[in-house]
Amino acid sequence: MSFSMILSAAIDGLKVEFIHAEADVSNGLPVFHMVGYLASEVKEAGERVRTAIRNSGFEYPAKRTVINLSPATIRKRGASFDLPIAAAILTSLGQIPPGSMRNCLMIGELSLNGHVRKVPGILPVVMEAAEKGITRCIVPKENEAEGRLVSGIEVTGVKSLRETVAFLRDGAIPGEERQTGKERKTRKRDDGSDMMNEGGESVTEELPDFSELQGQENVRRAAEIAVAGGHNLLMIGPPGSGKSMTAKRIAGILPPLDRRESMEITKIYSVLGLIDESAPLICRRPFREVHHTATKAALIGGGIVPRPGEISLAHGGVLFLDELTEFKKSVLEVMRQPLEERSIQITRTYGNYRFPADFMLVAAMNPCPCGCYPDLERCTCTPAQIQAYLGKISRPFLDRIDLCTETARVEYRDLTDTRQQEDSARIRERVCKVREIQAERYRGTDIAGNAALKSGDLKRYCYLGAEENRLLERAFDIMNLTARAYHKVIRTARTIADLDGEERIREGHLKEALSYRMADGKYWRR
Amino acid sequence: MKYEYWMACIRGVSSQKKIRLRESMTTAEAVYYIEETRLKSFEFLNEQDRNKILQAKKQGDPGEDYEKMCEKGIRFIPYFSKEYPEKLKEIPDCPYAVYVKGCLPDALSRTAAIIGARRCTPYGEKYAVDFAHALAKHGIEIISGMARGVDGMGHRGALLAGGRTFAVLGCGVDVCYPREHIGLYVDILEQGGGILSEQPPGTAPLPQNFPARNRIISGLSDAVLVMEAGKKSGSLITVDMALEQGRDVYALPGPVNSTLSDGCNHLIRQGAGVLLSPGALLEEWGTEESVRACDGKKEGKNEKMLETAEKLVYSCLGLYPKNVDQVVRETKLCIKEVLELLVSLELQGYIREISKNYYVVSRS
Repeated sequence: MSFSMILSAAIDGLKVEFIHAEADVSNGLPVFHMVGYLASEVKEAGERVRTAIRNSGFEYPAKRTVINLSPATIRKRGASFDLPIAAAILTSLGQIPPGSMRNCLMIGELSLNGHVRKVPGILPVVMEAAEKGITRCIVPKENEAEGRLVSGIEVTGVKSLRETVAFLRDGAIPGEERQTGKERKTRKRDDGSDMMNEGGESVTEELPDFSELQGQENVRRAAEIAVAGGHNLLMIGPPGSGKSMTAKRIAGILPPLDRRESMEITKIYSVLGLIDESAPLICRRPFREVHHTATKAALIGGGIVPRPGEISLAHGGVLFLDELTEFKKSVLEVMRQPLEERSIQITRTYGNYRFPADFMLVAAMNPCPCGCYPDLERCTCTPAQIQAYLGKISRPFLDRIDLCTETARVEYRDLTDTRQQEDSARIRERVCKVREIQAERYRGTDIAGNAALKSGDLKRYCYLGAEENRLLERAFDIMNLTARAYHKVIRTARTIADLDGEERIREGHLKEALSYRMADGKYWRR
Repeated sequence: MKYEYWMACIRGVSSQKKIRLRESMTTAEAVYYIEETRLKSFEFLNEQDRNKILQAKKQGDPGEDYEKMCEKGIRFIPYFSKEYPEKLKEIPDCPYAVYVKGCLPDALSRTAAIIGARRCTPYGEKYAVDFAHALAKHGIEIISGMARGVDGMGHRGALLAGGRTFAVLGCGVDVCYPREHIGLYVDILEQGGGILSEQPPGTAPLPQNFPARNRIISGLSDAVLVMEAGKKSGSLITVDMALEQGRDVYALPGPVNSTLSDGCNHLIRQGAGVLLSPGALLEEWGTEESVRACDGKKEGKNEKMLETAEKLVYSCLGLYPKNVDQVVRETKLCIKEVLELLVSLELQGYIREISKNYYVVSRS
């Protein structure tokens, strides 16, 4: 048998494309040809594969070898085709029984001595394979745990090319006891849930806790509301007033992930090769802090074949932008679309890519260049300077932030205060309750939470009585609210009412929501 | 008139020298066509001055620029014009000419300058408005510099009372500086006030022009009221000039710990008049008729019905901005309630948010 074919897969954006590695070994001049629209790192696979085959103790005869990766229309990148190419050659050479590769997908990189190295993107590949009815996957040993998160498919981790061949010949890896498919399946389930528990608990403990934050009642409350409704939050305050501290603690009050969300997030991390081998499933909402030197591509994703950026890594969690005013204006502006649509579309000549980006934005900034405004005794900035500083953030960007709060300078008595502050676990409990209320309310619709309510939905889900309407009408005039700000206030009030466990939004809720409105005309437009 | 304009535009020769030269030549036209030898006979002119004058003659026809200026609706009032304000003539180093958009202060009515720091607190702002308002109500014309902070508030207060107010700029009268005061600029003109400057139209707001315009502010005024001034505030330059010109100086006392009131408190110590209330000032000036009405109005203000909790929050706010966290600490209410109460007080117009989560009680 001189021709053979093995199924593998490539990642394109977040999508999985199945690739067939075909090998044909025939008599002729001893050349090694590789075809199929290959990137240079894939062309180099030829050298790696031949050396690895020889170093694994197999004979590589002096014959004409042609490798094709099909379909030829897809650009192939990365080193994950090494293992399927090697296996295809060995099948052609008769080292592997031809039937053993039926319904089996293979992926992995080879080193020259025949070891199989880990590759990124295992989880989406295995998920896609399971969906397409493929029954077995052979993946690098280091990626085994990650692959096994998927149920309904048999995943085998291999350490070397030798092991792969042995497994395909005998159905078992030498030195490991043979397991039936059923046993494997049960073990897998256990593994999955265990990992989730282990991961979940051990990780919460390391997170900074709200009880360490003294004073700052104001910010605490705003953070709780923001997380409960999934609203974007902007914190303004002098340097050292605890903006970053608060932001970091927000991670600890995020509600837990369910299995589906976990898998979705893990998939993104898998594509970027950011999975921890020992606990592959991500079961904590991500908290991504981005430095203000970040480029557009780093933030929203990019590259010739786009890779997800920070906003996708924050999917389901929090994206924290410290020193918001220091970001390049153009960088902030590209975030407007994902903030609205909760996903990002990147268009390249190769095609369109859509990455999920449903995150909660937490931003922090100083009120002026020196950071002391409105304390005029300390502030040395001129109004023009303050204006220019705040002008860096555009109105449309601010319009996408529901809550704005201020952190006050920490005073001595706050530092020495010994009163026990509420800890994150308690806050988290309340947050979870509110999220449940929202899930119940928006069941059957595509609304993710209070923050996602569009102006059309407000009438339906946020009933306001006559009293409340009067209050808003007055506020609209006196506080110079815009239509956007008006909607933001109602959305926020919805969450505040939910925190109180009330279905109806009352005056008090609206008043509190009004106090979190953007400081229009104070910082902006003085 | 175009020769007067030409004289006013000569740079680098002081106003006093120009006036003396004009006096000895009797007309500005004569100065324009003066011969070099004749020019040398004036001892008060030095080599440099002579060169400047001769140079200025070479710069084309003065009539063209003059007409352009008139088209823009800017009036040109030289020292020797009948319209030139008498008050300004009294001061040493008075300008050779002033450019005016709108009107000049009424020669017969009393004028007061309200000045203070650009960077001022809500305290300074409030009283600048209050004093300007009360004085303007009694027909006193308010003079100031249209700068940020106290100056602008002074103009605003006078406008609120429907009075006339005059801004003396450090740049050309057709240049609005600071730019954000364009609204004020328009309002001043609309209400019959005026914009004045000794700089020719189109002059940019150069820093060296500002101390010089201060002498005009004080010169045009019968009294100078300092609202808020730090130790090195530019307002103190105005005060020095006012004293030189023999004007009355009053200062608003401020908290002793406030660096922004340092200058004022020092002035008081040195014997400046103390501003206690607009009413007291009017009484001192002998316009006491409706003084009582003016002070009486203030009393009823806080008597309005407020809920007890609202009263508690209101009472802990003042003219200095206070942060929400401070209010929480002082009232011992929970954050939720405080936020609600603050918003409802704001909606009722009792307080205002001057910066995110910083509140002050609002002026009436």
